[in-house]
Amino acid sequence: MAKMLMKGNEAIAEAAIRAGCRLFFGYPITPQTELSEYMAKNMPKCGGLSLQAESEIAAINMVLGAASTGARVITSSSSPGISLKSEGISYIIGSDLPCVIVNVQRGGPGLGGIQPAQSDYNQATKALGHGDGHIIVLAPDSVQEMAALTAEAFDLADIYRMPCMIFADGALGQMMEPVDFEAVPVRELPAKDWACTGTGGKRVHNIINSLYMEPEALEKTVVERFERYKKLAENETKYEEFMLDDAEYAVVAYGITARIAKTAVINARRKGIKAGLFRPITLYPFPEKPLNRLADGVKKFLSVEMNMGQMLNDVKVAVECKKPVIHFGRTGGVIPTPEEVLEQLEKLAGGAE
Amino acid sequence: MSAILLAGFGGQGILFAGKQLVLAGMKKDKQVSWLPSYGPEMRGGTCNCSVNIDDEPIGSPLVTAPDILIAMNKPSLLKFAGRVVPGGTVVYDTSLIDIAVGRDDVNAYGIPATGLANDAGIAKLANVILLGYLIKKTGLYEKDFFLEHIRGSAPKSKPELGELNAKALLIGYGYEG
Amino acid sequence: MTVFQKPHALTDMPFHYCPGCTHGIIHRLVAEVIDELGVEDKTVGIAPVGCSVFAYNYFNCDMIEAPHGRAPAVATGVKRAHPELTVFTYQGDGDLAAIGTAETVHVGARGENITIIFVNNAIYGMTGGQMAPTTLLGQVTTTSPYGRIREIQGNPIRVCEMVSTLDGVAYAERVSVDCVKNVLNAKKAIKKGFTMQQEKRGLSIIEVLSTCPTNWGLSPEKAIEWLRENMIKHYPLGVYKDVTAEEANK
Repeated sequence: MAKMLMKGNEAIAEAAIRAGCRLFFGYPITPQTELSEYMAKNMPKCGGLSLQAESEIAAINMVLGAASTGARVITSSSSPGISLKSEGISYIIGSDLPCVIVNVQRGGPGLGGIQPAQSDYNQATKALGHGDGHIIVLAPDSVQEMAALTAEAFDLADIYRMPCMIFADGALGQMMEPVDFEAVPVRELPAKDWACTGTGGKRVHNIINSLYMEPEALEKTVVERFERYKKLAENETKYEEFMLDDAEYAVVAYGITARIAKTAVINARRKGIKAGLFRPITLYPFPEKPLNRLADGVKKFLSVEMNMGQMLNDVKVAVECKKPVIHFGRTGGVIPTPEEVLEQLEKLAGGAE
Repeated sequence: MSAILLAGFGGQGILFAGKQLVLAGMKKDKQVSWLPSYGPEMRGGTCNCSVNIDDEPIGSPLVTAPDILIAMNKPSLLKFAGRVVPGGTVVYDTSLIDIAVGRDDVNAYGIPATGLANDAGIAKLANVILLGYLIKKTGLYEKDFFLEHIRGSAPKSKPELGELNAKALLIGYGYEG
Repeated sequence: MTVFQKPHALTDMPFHYCPGCTHGIIHRLVAEVIDELGVEDKTVGIAPVGCSVFAYNYFNCDMIEAPHGRAPAVATGVKRAHPELTVFTYQGDGDLAAIGTAETVHVGARGENITIIFVNNAIYGMTGGQMAPTTLLGQVTTTSPYGRIREIQGNPIRVCEMVSTLDGVAYAERVSVDCVKNVLNAKKAIKKGFTMQQEKRGLSIIEVLSTCPTNWGLSPEKAIEWLRENMIKHYPLGVYKDVTAEEANK
């Protein structure tokens, strides 16, 4: 089909509908608003529901309820709203429920600002809610990829029975680019025999629960979940490599920042600097192994983010001190320029070993 | 390769003008991106829009060093004129801007777009008049191609806007400054 | 001859509730209603944090354990995904009237077709006897050791009165389980709530005044007396809203 010019926020909403999701629960917040509005307009047209909840907290618990019935369900918000959802997300993790959560990030902490940021990296990948658990975190870098990864997010959530986050930012959400909702690869999905849709008199009752009074019993569920995370890392880790074959300096960046870094890498090559780009697409699971292999070839890593250095630590862990890892970032809603990243690369290339 | 920044007051049609440049680029199989400024400034304050039209995949969607600046008010010209790349282009509305661009290393083209729009009875289409002048001065798109495009740009609910947009485009294109 | 039996909607799991606690009676009433309406196979129950958090072990229908205060939102998600299901929440006073007040008000405003069983015993039981939003003025709890003082801890909330002002609420009744007559009436109210849900009339909420002998520091008998003398005075029994009665009067 012909490409459509769409905002990233709208592309996520459209992709969700095309993925068979018929339930959206949200609460207004800038800069994700177009997503809610698109759902409000288009869900009723396909027999779906877009419901504005009384709070972010209520919205994520409506997600919990709908997910408990096995339905595909999505919610979206921006940074402060995601913090409010974190309690519910922890329960959803603990109850092994699939759902898709969108974070169109803005600057923080606190009310912060409304301009694009990536400062929720640690929250998303390390601690979205209390307890020992994870969610899948996907970081698209274009409107096209926002659509593709949204489709994939529903499958991953269903297969691994865990929440999957589309980790975007205000720029990706607000920008328009051509998008093609191409045929999504069909994956085999497990039956949702755990869903609460009434016993139908045919089985014992299902229980959706995250409470275990015996520590051994709780430990068992957590350990089992981490076995699943291991499989997830083995099978679903995604990344892009760009001009890395002979690179001496590897920029590591995700999302909108990766596009900026790509321009910087191209410009660096023109100046004779052997730069390349490593772009993690899954932030959880983080592509540790390929980064570690990359460390054998390059001289230095430059981790670029719109924060004060959060992924930086994951890169360092992955690289295992084989090579230096330097951070460059802008924060508070400031988008770095390709020139600034190039300047950092020039410094790396020109500086002492 | 064109990195274009359009800037002015909210309500002047900055975002619409940017979107038309992008949609036309799509028809030419170019890589394109459109990024608006967003937030409270959308409601009455200053408004700007970053547009990229390129043969190569687009890196940063944010235009910080424009090849082309379209300025529709004085604050925008003051804020962004200094960021235009040397050899770049500034198209601005002299009806609302009473100062010069103030650089001799860029091509500055002033047009009284708002005045022309008012005279022609199409008061809200100064933005399209500026686009007409832009393509004449830069050759960003061929006249007939873009005229056809802008004519087809009206929403289904208001088809009469297509002809008005075409009229505005021709006024801009035909302006002899 | 009829032999006394457990309702089918209850499992064989022994209740964990303290001796003399009236949760057991209320569980049974809900289960009897589910049996009588024949909806066990298409019912989903939701119990959030509090003494009733383990309700998922006691009911034979599908059960979901919700975060503290969020049962109405979870129920909304279930019901909107599957409108054909019978959905009930089983919530305590701290859950419904403190941490979950917003959810309570808005589930009523939206008029969700669910039934809320609201167990009001004027205290936090699970955590060991702290002050609840429905704790009476002067009532001693571990966090109101000098009695609840209006100037410091504010006033108890009358939930049925409050939610009956909401247009989406179809039915709100306060009942008690302190004597046989009231137990029978409570069951009638619960059944009416479930029926109204089936008829898609909006939210039904049944507030059940309940005892907490352990945390009140009273014997079960004394607790029942305390409920009659203190709670019913502040929380009068009765129907606060009934759209079917309103229709009948028109």
